[in-house]
Amino acid sequence: MTVVFEKTKGLTDASMHYCPGCTHGIIHRMVAEALVELNILHKAIGIAPVGCAVFAYNYLNCDMIQSAHGRAPAVATGLKRARPECIVFSYQGDGDLAAIGTAETIHAAARGENITIIFVNNAIYGMTGGQMAPTTLTGQVTQTTPYGRDNAYSGYPMRMSEMLSTIDGAAYIERVSVDSVKNIRHAKQAIMKAFQTQIDGKGFSLIEVISACPTNWGLEPVKALDWLREHMLPVYPLGVFKDSTSREVMP
Amino acid sequence: MANKVLMKGNEAIAEGAILAGCRHYFGYPITPQTEIAAYMAKKLPKIQGTFLQAESEVAAINMVIGAAAAGKRAMTSSSSPGFSLKSEGLSYLAGCDLPAVVVNVQRGGPGLGGIQPSQADYYHATKSTGHGDFHMLVLAPNSVQEMLDCAFDAFDLADKYRLTVAILSDGTLGQMMEPVDTATKESGHAIEKPWALTGTQGKRLPNLVNSLYLMPEELEATVIERYKRYALLSEKEVRCEEYFTKDADIVVVAYGITSRVAQNAIDIARKEGIKAGLLRPITLWPFPVKQLMDLAQKASVFIAAELSMGQMAGDVELAIRCQKPVLRCNRTGGMIITPEELLQKIREATTLHEQTE
Repeated sequence: MTVVFEKTKGLTDASMHYCPGCTHGIIHRMVAEALVELNILHKAIGIAPVGCAVFAYNYLNCDMIQSAHGRAPAVATGLKRARPECIVFSYQGDGDLAAIGTAETIHAAARGENITIIFVNNAIYGMTGGQMAPTTLTGQVTQTTPYGRDNAYSGYPMRMSEMLSTIDGAAYIERVSVDSVKNIRHAKQAIMKAFQTQIDGKGFSLIEVISACPTNWGLEPVKALDWLREHMLPVYPLGVFKDSTSREVMP
Repeated sequence: MANKVLMKGNEAIAEGAILAGCRHYFGYPITPQTEIAAYMAKKLPKIQGTFLQAESEVAAINMVIGAAAAGKRAMTSSSSPGFSLKSEGLSYLAGCDLPAVVVNVQRGGPGLGGIQPSQADYYHATKSTGHGDFHMLVLAPNSVQEMLDCAFDAFDLADKYRLTVAILSDGTLGQMMEPVDTATKESGHAIEKPWALTGTQGKRLPNLVNSLYLMPEELEATVIERYKRYALLSEKEVRCEEYFTKDADIVVVAYGITSRVAQNAIDIARKEGIKAGLLRPITLWPFPVKQLMDLAQKASVFIAAELSMGQMAGDVELAIRCQKPVLRCNRTGGMIITPEELLQKIREATTLHEQTE
């Protein structure tokens, strides 16, 4: 019998706990495949966040550490400075990266830390049951914005990729989406590029992945993807926001 | 011949850490501990080490978590307000069973407090370091030499028991200068860390450093295992020093800079014919419970002298099971107890002692 498709060695055999229609599984697989295809799985150290993806450490088949909410870029800094020969990445949600961990994120970029961040933006807090995130859209109903996010009262959605692209230390910043096969294929290439940036010693790389949370959005999986396209992509346009990977590496 | 160098207490801590093999320091500026960072910034890059000024105390302790998880000897230092911010990270270090060294050069509090010396973080260091069931091993040096010695030993202790070792110092010890012998120290002992994150190198299953256990049975088991290690170190690692305690009727209990003041007061008291002695805890956690209980069999009055409103005093009472009265001698907010103030308290204790005879 000929094997036509195999699960990547970058994932363990554990079955994932994610809700139906959640896109974490797709993103996990892309990260795992990238680590294998770039032949860096054996020297990878991943950081699982606080949030739905905390159990990434059960699914990704490499050394892992679980960090406090928002602190992953600081933990990554300690790991990478201690083991520069390893590939260090964090996997973080929008509450983790853009609320409680904003300072850690921005300063890791400012230092040009040679790490990679996979930033999953689904415009809501998932694990705690659907509260407003910094990335929650204007008018979006969540558990803590039951009348819709009112800009005058609870502020505006934050565009992290755009913000980070202004920082000199950031080497590669791209926003991708996993709403379609085409976009998923492209997202995989972006994740590969981010890891390659680290392999080449070029500095801070971050891929923002626009992602769906059908459970907390209160939508069926397919409708959630429609909602993502209709409402999220206009606020969070896809594209490369920073690419200074062609610049010389400091010795 | 002894190789004595005149050093500041803060510099001695940094040098002790370097001698112990610490090559990763992460910190954030705060008075009165900044010389530690300055020393590390100067020295570490020249010996293939990492000095990094973090964006916050919170980030610094999490960088320590990263380097410690990678199996390296790592440390941070701060002063009181900074330690409030490090609480989260200290709890995660414990939950992940990572070895690390932290230094608190205490200043007056609460809030922004002041920048003068204090011992008011005793509770924080020994009892309320962060959320959850855990302890740090807490060392309290009382000289510049001991600042170096404690920093040196801290890394071995941290590695051996897989916990955080805190050096609880204060602004006086940090800033004062004394001659220090650095030549007696061999470089730090390497210890195998099979749990460390190094990448699997394709040779082993992935390692996981984690403090999350959703099954309460599992979480309880990890805490119980940790407390077995605490029991072992409580048995083996208690350190204290006694001064004129053999015949003492009155025992002063004081640590850190206050113990130096206490020695002066006791010398004067002895000249007055008062049988006073000093027990100086060097480990504040574990506390020298047995040594105090032994002293309580002979002495009739204890005095807990400290630069706080009486945080250690309760531990003295617990140690001696309230068998003898424990008087308080306190200054706080950056004020230092004078030998005269303590002497006055010793005289008061003498009256009490005479009444009990």
